[in-house]
Amino acid sequence: MPNSSVKREVAAGIDRIDIDCTAVVAADADSMTIEDTVKEHASTGRIEDEIVSAIYDHADAIATDVVLRHTRNRVDWDDRIDSILTSKAFGYPVMLLVLALVFWITISGANYPSALLSKLLFGFEDRLTELLLRLHSPEWLHGVLVLGMYRTLAWVVSVMLPPMAIFFPLFTFLEDLGYLPRVAFNLDHWFKRAGAHGKQALTMSMGFGCNAAGVIAARVIESPRERLIAILTNSFVPCNGRFPALIALAATFVGGMSASLSNLIASATVVGLVIIGILVTLLISLALSKTILKGVPSAFTLELPPYRKPQLGRIIVRSLLDRTLFVLKRAVIVALPAGAVTWVVANTYIGGTSVLDIASGWLDPIGRMIGLDGVILLAFILGLPANEIVIPIALMSYLSTGMMIELDSASAMHEVFVSKGWTLITALNFMLFSVLHFPCGTTLLTIKSETGSFKWAAVTAGITTLTAFVVCWLVAQTANLIGGLL
Amino acid sequence: MFRHDLANQRGVLRDGFRASSANADYIVALAGNPNTGKSTVFNHLTGLNQHTGNWAGKTVAQATGTYAHNGKRVLLVDLPGTYSLLSRSPEEEIARDFICFADPDATVVVTDATCLQRHLNLVLQVIEMTPRVVVCLNLIDEAKRKGIEVDCARLSERLGIPVVPTAARNGYGLERLKDCVEAVATGQLSPSPLEVRYPPTIERQIEAIEREIAPVLSGKLKPRWVALRLLDGDPSIVKSIERHLGVRMLDARKKVPA
Repeated sequence: MPNSSVKREVAAGIDRIDIDCTAVVAADADSMTIEDTVKEHASTGRIEDEIVSAIYDHADAIATDVVLRHTRNRVDWDDRIDSILTSKAFGYPVMLLVLALVFWITISGANYPSALLSKLLFGFEDRLTELLLRLHSPEWLHGVLVLGMYRTLAWVVSVMLPPMAIFFPLFTFLEDLGYLPRVAFNLDHWFKRAGAHGKQALTMSMGFGCNAAGVIAARVIESPRERLIAILTNSFVPCNGRFPALIALAATFVGGMSASLSNLIASATVVGLVIIGILVTLLISLALSKTILKGVPSAFTLELPPYRKPQLGRIIVRSLLDRTLFVLKRAVIVALPAGAVTWVVANTYIGGTSVLDIASGWLDPIGRMIGLDGVILLAFILGLPANEIVIPIALMSYLSTGMMIELDSASAMHEVFVSKGWTLITALNFMLFSVLHFPCGTTLLTIKSETGSFKWAAVTAGITTLTAFVVCWLVAQTANLIGGLL
Repeated sequence: MFRHDLANQRGVLRDGFRASSANADYIVALAGNPNTGKSTVFNHLTGLNQHTGNWAGKTVAQATGTYAHNGKRVLLVDLPGTYSLLSRSPEEEIARDFICFADPDATVVVTDATCLQRHLNLVLQVIEMTPRVVVCLNLIDEAKRKGIEVDCARLSERLGIPVVPTAARNGYGLERLKDCVEAVATGQLSPSPLEVRYPPTIERQIEAIEREIAPVLSGKLKPRWVALRLLDGDPSIVKSIERHLGVRMLDARKKVPA
């Protein structure tokens, strides 16, 4: 079915043909009837429909002739499964369960390799220090290279690689299986009610992997209005760069409340954050389609492809090559200079206070207002190139050791944060801010190149930051109110 | 040999590939509906010899790759997955423009044997544009599993073009596909595809328009197909023809005697 916006485009195009036709008609009276018919029929779409239906009839006739169906009491398993997975009663619960399962496997599976990697990488750091000492390198060089660049790199690799190496194959597995179109099918009507395109459910799903990829995926949406909505709201779902921080905080501050159910509670928390992200996506989409991007959602036919047996070899190769290594490479490229800059900022003193402390001092009142503090805000700003380094920067500032500390266990991180006055509410607001705040530099640049202007990248940064501030402020005020009453 | 002399007329569409296609012997387009395993066919044929980018001036992803067969190098261009070629979306316009203006030596249409009827629509639209078409009847294993049997010989006979059953995921049938593509690309095999007939009123109009525009197209496009698109009221085709063939449809048409 041609959708409404296409109809409009075609109608606009016909004007141009009409002009051409008039010229032809003036030159050649004989063709008048033809051109007139073209004009008349094209505008009513009747000839178009007749041509299309002739093609369909031919296809039908040939298919009936050459296809033989053995009707031996076969059960159509695809239909059976779809009637459950896309049903009103089970669609959403199954979706949430699948999501929770993916996070649970990622959280429980990543702990051990993460610890192993960090032990390995931080062990190598000592070798690097020895080497630099033997070469009589100045102290600042050792600081920038080892304590700044190498430590950030080691952190990013040891914290990000294991969850990615588990999360991406799982995600690709769901893709290969054919489950993602079902997710889109379930969410489709919500997006339509928000005045957006149903396919936005798909681009949003891509955003879980990487928001920049989600923004690029918005190309599947033809209508420019709906495509912009999808692009502007994509970063409201947490990407892989943010999952490690969410998972670590959920595991220590929320999961830590019960030792035996720790992983389960942590998974549930992350799922909750994802749901909040999806709700905000829908709300902001609705707001956009009622204000600066007004319009009617266009119809589309979502075809549910048959379930396919996933090819394990392909999944592993593709998810590791195309996703894991791609994201890791990007993180490493960003982490190296960011690590060096952070070290320099933390070790440059003006009047006995480091530049890092001065900056976080300025931001402190704003941070307090929304249940965070100056250090956290500064960490988010410095983490603009890549969200992966927000927690390391925050830790470094807190400890004022002028370097990213070694944290082979999440509980060490927890202790540092608690000693700096973090509560459950601080952690919660940190996670909410992480989900809702401005997208990373790469995503902003991608938005710029996909929309062709800096304007939409700036609009995205504005909308997301405002949303993050409002939500965190509400949570902080509510917590204060409740705390006051108790 | 890659026909450099013609490259000019093939226009911008081929420009994007010239770097990688300079030493290719044939250019083959890969068309098909989404979810037919088109990418699986593409990956299986080209392996790691792939190059991805964007179509010139469009935000639609493009993948090209090469493979060697019988000592010849083949450049395979993966067209965007589309349900039709009526240029209702950037993807459909790209696929259509590539097939008619980049003049590939052969076009493979990947179809899904489990729901053939829907996929034949695209095949019928492609054979209206060019006779050098091979149908890749993919997912034949899945069809068998579902109790669906397709009479390939009969299908080939009715369409007038070669049909190769494949199961791309395990590589079944792909050697035969390569043979068929080569035969069509070299001209050893020149298919004479079925021509879809329309209701008489439309046929009369097609004929009239065809007569008028044939001289302008100078044999580079099938006049019947262009006539159909004009009847469709497709505005983009006039622009595309003018851009790629370097003719002014309007001026040229004025010269046609009454």
